[in-house]
Amino acid sequence: MSDTSESTDDAGESPDGGDDAAAAVDAEEVRHVADLARVRLADDEVDEFAAQFGDILEYFEALDEVPETEREEDLVNVMRPDEVRDGLSQEEALANAEETEDGFFVGPKVS
Amino acid sequence: MAADINAFVTEERIEGDADADGPLADATVAVKDNISTEGVRTTCGSEMLADYVPPYSATVVDRLTDAGATVVGKTNMDEFGMGTTTETSAFGPTRNPVDTDRVPGGSSGGSAAAVAAGEADVALGSDTGGSVRCPAAFCGVVGIKPTYGLVSRYGLIAYANSLEQIGPIAGTVEEAAAALDVIAGDDPHDGTTRDLREVEGADPDASYAAAADGDVAGLTIGVPTELFEGADERVVETVEAAIDDLEAQGAETTQISLPSVEHAVQAYYVIAMAEASSNLARFDGVRYGNRAESDGNWNESFAETREEGFGAEVKRRILLGTYALSAGYHDKYYEKAQDARAWVRQDFEEAFDDVDVIASPTMPVLPFELGESLDDPLRMYLADANTTPVNLANLPAISVPAGEADGLPVGLQLVGPKFGEETIVRAASAVEER
Repeated sequence: MSDTSESTDDAGESPDGGDDAAAAVDAEEVRHVADLARVRLADDEVDEFAAQFGDILEYFEALDEVPETEREEDLVNVMRPDEVRDGLSQEEALANAEETEDGFFVGPKVS
Repeated sequence: MAADINAFVTEERIEGDADADGPLADATVAVKDNISTEGVRTTCGSEMLADYVPPYSATVVDRLTDAGATVVGKTNMDEFGMGTTTETSAFGPTRNPVDTDRVPGGSSGGSAAAVAAGEADVALGSDTGGSVRCPAAFCGVVGIKPTYGLVSRYGLIAYANSLEQIGPIAGTVEEAAAALDVIAGDDPHDGTTRDLREVEGADPDASYAAAADGDVAGLTIGVPTELFEGADERVVETVEAAIDDLEAQGAETTQISLPSVEHAVQAYYVIAMAEASSNLARFDGVRYGNRAESDGNWNESFAETREEGFGAEVKRRILLGTYALSAGYHDKYYEKAQDARAWVRQDFEEAFDDVDVIASPTMPVLPFELGESLDDPLRMYLADANTTPVNLANLPAISVPAGEADGLPVGLQLVGPKFGEETIVRAASAVEER
């Protein structure tokens, strides 16, 4: 399942499922996915998630038994005329922002 | 009482139209805290949105206040709707008014508990995989999950868009149906709502409350073996007794099989987590929500904001959803889950060729004790076995009290065909008349 398992042990003590079941997820994989999702995790959270994800993904394996099924959904686009309507005022749109300046949102520095 | 069970995150009133008349005039309504209320904070049970005050109200809230109902507060919930017990809330767990050592179910646990404790006449919840029906069953009240597209989601803070609907919770079937009458209907702000005049076989002038007439003579009830297998014996006995009673009132029952539902929980969680990972990407601390003090760059600041703002279950689902959509795993998990979803839909469609409603336990278990399932997410997910198939198939379902086992409420779930709300309301009202 993984091609990034080499560096697991670098993460320190890791009682995760890195060395048992086939569906196991190692700490490195959890860190990688957390990075993709922009969620920082504490080390103990990484270990806990690695163990839990192993169980959960193993359970998801049963989806392999599902036959390929025709998906006969008749989806249609729902359109409306492109007319100007009332929306939020600039003040309302900014009201919940942590930081604003001259009518703009202020984000963190880019680099 | 309210303080004891922690049903509300925020107790603030939004007065209803005093001149309105109709069944909801002067009624009190509790609103789940993921449904936007203008000027009243809406937290989703999350630290992330602890101070978020929506600049507009959800369509369902406007419809309720226009009908004369007064909002009395925003109810506690599993964080972003992710849970089956209302224990993952950042504002502490809600307790079950029937037994305060037990959970009220979730994720709309505060809404069901508020109604069961008499804190509100009706409540709104949202149901993505059972989040209205589960707490209704655990608290001994009635909950309706409408057909996908019957009720506007405008102003509902999204968890998994393709699965969720807002639905009413009340003490009786008729009251819940009356609330559904008020909130149902197409909405230009939600392109997935359907105009019932354009839906074949639907009745645009339907009164759901009027359908609560208890008349089940000639009704055919399908009983799927798969949704009884593995359920707690005490639950099965209580539900079977309720179904026997419907037979005594003139309904017919027939055993049916829905083989696809064995894969519903897996498919539900893959799809819901995938959609959640995308939906919750918006919480970066810039436009709304709490932002972490960070010296880092853009990406580091986002990651720290999300570390601080989200609880463990939300992080778990975002990460698993990201994983299931990532290169190499998309076909294995997400595509197969969509196949399973189509299979479940077909299974139900075929079943409804022969039966009018499908009956099962709402929950295969009695209400958990507080803390019992928190450390074992998979165990919590498995409790959704009977409710998730309904969301995958976009169908309407109701949970109605079937009786008690060991002094704890047991819910009977009745599932109907698409836009068949009148039929499930009718059947559920007969369960009440026993």
